Amino acid sequence: MGDSGALITRRDALHCMALGGAGTLFTLAGGILTPVDLADAAAAERAAAQDVPLCVQLSDTHIGFSKPANPDVAATLRLAIDRINGLPRQPAFVLHTGDITHLSKPAEFDAAAQLLGNLKVTELHTVPGEHDVADATVSEYFARFGKASASRGYYSFDHAGVHLIGLVNVLDFRAGGLGTLGAAQLAWLAADLKGRSASTPVVVFAHMPLWSIYEPWGWGTADAEEALTMLRRFGSVTILNGHIHQIVQKVEGHVTFHTARSTAFPQPAAGVGAGPGPLALPAAELAGALGLSTVTVKRHPLALSLTDATLA
Amino acid sequence: MRASIATLALAMSLTVAVARAAEPRAPAAGYVIELAQFAFTPTALTVPAGTTVRWKNLDGEPHTIVSIDGLFRSGALDQGDAFEYAFSKPGSYRYVCSIHPQMTGTIIVTAPR
Repeated sequence: MGDSGALITRRDALHCMALGGAGTLFTLAGGILTPVDLADAAAAERAAAQDVPLCVQLSDTHIGFSKPANPDVAATLRLAIDRINGLPRQPAFVLHTGDITHLSKPAEFDAAAQLLGNLKVTELHTVPGEHDVADATVSEYFARFGKASASRGYYSFDHAGVHLIGLVNVLDFRAGGLGTLGAAQLAWLAADLKGRSASTPVVVFAHMPLWSIYEPWGWGTADAEEALTMLRRFGSVTILNGHIHQIVQKVEGHVTFHTARSTAFPQPAAGVGAGPGPLALPAAELAGALGLSTVTVKRHPLALSLTDATLA
Repeated sequence: MRASIATLALAMSLTVAVARAAEPRAPAAGYVIELAQFAFTPTALTVPAGTTVRWKNLDGEPHTIVSIDGLFRSGALDQGDAFEYAFSKPGSYRYVCSIHPQMTGTIIVTAPR
């Protein structure tokens, strides 16, 4: 890959980030990321014509939250679900990257299940956020979503040649620091990846970012590097996280890291204010700060692309 | 008669407090740790064995109280919610908010007199 088209500069990456609000399309071809300016309608159309939607990522729905930053999180989740149901080609499944509920209460999980039941797509894959495992017995999430993983929370599955891995980084904390994956989960991951072809596109989804965005607020995973060491041999790795309620992304070799918007409320940029609490915006600006992400599969050659859209 | 016993008891407890200046006196409202601005205040608290400590969340964001040693664990505390735990044995007990693990605190339990 000696040609100049394969080089991603910091300027390109910043350009992509600047486009985030309008919807950014990233094409991962053979692990090399190419930003496509959506202002170039022809390019976008060509890209769209070849796309097969793999999944839509919902995150941080926080059902049960009712404070001024969004007094009606059910309504904004309904709006997000309507957007997904309205897609011309339905994705194979929906991923929820955690904080389904705000306080891990049974009634919140029930309300979330009822809302998510309105998705036309019936296949839903989840990982827990720290707000989903905040009940004293840490049992409500696993009672509902534990089946896929024998109640460990982490699991993997395959779809259309893509290997998807759900990881949990919200249960085991280093006090004063970050969440961890932990030795047992890392051993499971090593076994899960063993023998897989490096040409298999891999999508990893977990609640907290798998890279350190801002440690003083817990925006990272202490032992993520051990997982990344196992993933780097793959030609295309897409890491989807939530937790920080805003889009932050970076590309490192063949690995694309991306955090999704919430459907409930935005949070401040890293380090702005006392802590990572809800950010109250004027009502007219809220929908523009909420959103969802879509992963699409291209064939010949096999590649993944990532698109963000707001609810505005 | 009742009043005089109470007065006597109060006088005795004051004497104890003066004699053992290193040990903080129980505040009138009991031992309370406030959760505000993503911090436990006070961060470290020393109490005599047998004390019930109360944590109260004043933040708009929920928090939890989770013992590092697995001794106690609150559910999610929304704004205004409180959690209590009675410390019976002397020792140092570290705890964390599992939602914001950057928030940590310590309860130091001293031997009963």
